[in-house]
Amino acid sequence: MSSSERLLLSGDEAIALAARHAGVALGAGYPGTPSTEILEEFSRLGGRAQWSPNEKVALEVAIGAAFAGARAIATMKHVGLNVAADPLFTVAYTGVSGALVVISADDPGMASSQNEQDNRHYAVAAGLPMVEPSDSQEAYDLFLAAVEISEQWHLPVLYRVTTRVCHSRTIVAPRPPADAVPKADYRRDVRGRVMIPAHARPAHRRLREKLAAIAAWNETSPLNQHVVGSSPLGIITSGVAFMHAREAAPDASVLKLGLTHPLPFEKIARFVEEVEQCMVIEEGDPYLAEAIRARGIVVEAKPEMFRFGELNVNRVRRILAGDISPEPPPQPGKPPQLCEGCAHRSVFEALHKLECIVSGDIGCYTLGVLPPFDAMDTCVCMGASLGVGLGLRHTLPPEQARRVVSVIGDSTFMHSGIPGLVEMVYNPPATGHVVIILDNSTTAMTGHQEHPGTGRSLDHEVTNKIVFEDLARALGIRRVHVVEPRPGSEELERLISESLASGELCLIIARRPCILIAKQLREYEKCATVCEPVEV
Amino acid sequence: MSDSSVTNVVFGGLGGQGVLKASDILADAVVRAGFDVKKSELHGMSQRGGSVSSDVRFGTRVLSPMVPAGEADFLVILTADQVEPNRHVLRAEGKLILPDAVSVELLLNRKSLNVALLGVLSRQLPIAEEHWLAALRANLAEKLHAVNLQAFNLGRNSGKI
Repeated sequence: MSSSERLLLSGDEAIALAARHAGVALGAGYPGTPSTEILEEFSRLGGRAQWSPNEKVALEVAIGAAFAGARAIATMKHVGLNVAADPLFTVAYTGVSGALVVISADDPGMASSQNEQDNRHYAVAAGLPMVEPSDSQEAYDLFLAAVEISEQWHLPVLYRVTTRVCHSRTIVAPRPPADAVPKADYRRDVRGRVMIPAHARPAHRRLREKLAAIAAWNETSPLNQHVVGSSPLGIITSGVAFMHAREAAPDASVLKLGLTHPLPFEKIARFVEEVEQCMVIEEGDPYLAEAIRARGIVVEAKPEMFRFGELNVNRVRRILAGDISPEPPPQPGKPPQLCEGCAHRSVFEALHKLECIVSGDIGCYTLGVLPPFDAMDTCVCMGASLGVGLGLRHTLPPEQARRVVSVIGDSTFMHSGIPGLVEMVYNPPATGHVVIILDNSTTAMTGHQEHPGTGRSLDHEVTNKIVFEDLARALGIRRVHVVEPRPGSEELERLISESLASGELCLIIARRPCILIAKQLREYEKCATVCEPVEV
Repeated sequence: MSDSSVTNVVFGGLGGQGVLKASDILADAVVRAGFDVKKSELHGMSQRGGSVSSDVRFGTRVLSPMVPAGEADFLVILTADQVEPNRHVLRAEGKLILPDAVSVELLLNRKSLNVALLGVLSRQLPIAEEHWLAALRANLAEKLHAVNLQAFNLGRNSGKI
């Protein structure tokens, strides 16, 4: 077989290739495991891709492109869609002129996330068609289908993938790239695009009409597969659970749903009638099972214990056997830790020594919670270190409040830390507050992506740079310090100590590049001095 | 189908040891040999020096991308203390390939242990040498080719299971 027709691609790479082949004009996103590689690969293949400060802005940029009549994607991890939920719900009303595919990469089992929310609920809540691929070939094929659905019904499509689809490599046979791609062209449509209540009321009705039409189309859609088996067992499934189920029950009949909202209930009812016993095999929440049962169709759902974590072949075998005995505990491996020589180490050593109450945030530095540092007290979501730290300051007795410090990374600060800093200036606690930005000049956790504070764009080219200390001073924070955290140096500890004692609003920027990319950064900077600086 | 036509290989080690690179090279070699293949791994937190494992499954048709516990035909381990966290994946007659399968002191660069163990594994799999060599070249920077070819040949010719 010729390898040129058979590519071994991750699901993320397959999506990127399909986006290129579909002529997607713009991809915007914020890095987040397991979604990050989609835009990186799209850029490497020559597509126009950019990191936005956060997922809300990324989706809005993609909406603009799709309003202009182009094909656009927004990429994010599952929790990123929470940030982007505001535009998501209303772009369902406005619809789009071109194509808009919103890619949500969910992380059942939390390989690298703070929760395992199941974003299929967003399709129902916002009223969006949703597709779910089960391997890289489908990641490629269903992306092209999502673009078609989006253009046919002028609606955004929620493209939901999971860790094992994003990060598994399977064989893809690509199709020829699209030859005719719609060109961006402005057409005024204020009733369709400006969501004042008078326009939004009919827009909501239009949305429900479109969903009804898609539901009818889905009854015979080629996106759903029916595997006829030889056993009396029927399985309804979607996503990578399809693969586990086929392996666990090779003789079962399977209805594999590719377009999982709105669901093809007549097709499902016929399938259930044809088999003796029908089990729904799905990862995460019982979304399919509950929706199907609500229609009065009798199916069996997995026991509650399988809501948690990823599915795999052995777990599906257990579900099918009705085995709810305790599962073997996961084998303890070596946990991750802050790298030897990581600049964050000296910051957490100081915070531990000073017995600070640390309101933490999302990134490598969340590992500061582990021994030997034990220097983090809270971690909720991106940017929460500021708000949570301020809430603690406002309510704790003064002797405790004075020990509270908010710690946030540079990329996370750009993502959603700025409004928290504004909050601190606007509603200052009586005891003041201390915020530390751990600035390692990259989005390290997700694999070293650029952000607005690095002064380089997604493809590492020079662009305008946000300077944290300038921003903080412009907000009116008077105590702004930049310090290089070095092992053995007492400067940082002294600075934190003085800041806590000052009772004022203080921002400490602990700036030292991530050691894993120090060499690469020097090369980028060498280029930057040769290249023309960008005028602001 | 989980029939005997699927071969299951699991690699285990720590972040930075080349677990993912080894599984990439194997997966590439089996594609070149004309098999269906699926490879699965976890990114993110696991990269910060913690345990890393990667599954490669190949055969006439592969379904789930993850090797079910107790069904690995080969377990390739890059550092001895990662045997226990991974042993449960092996089937009863499965083969364990340990870091001492090659004489590390004979490697031009000790970082090539991952490729040396692939050399050991290569003797057990129905993949022609040309596909291994092409996969090595395609997955490694040119300046690393000589060092890694030496490592691969060392494992292939003198490795012991």
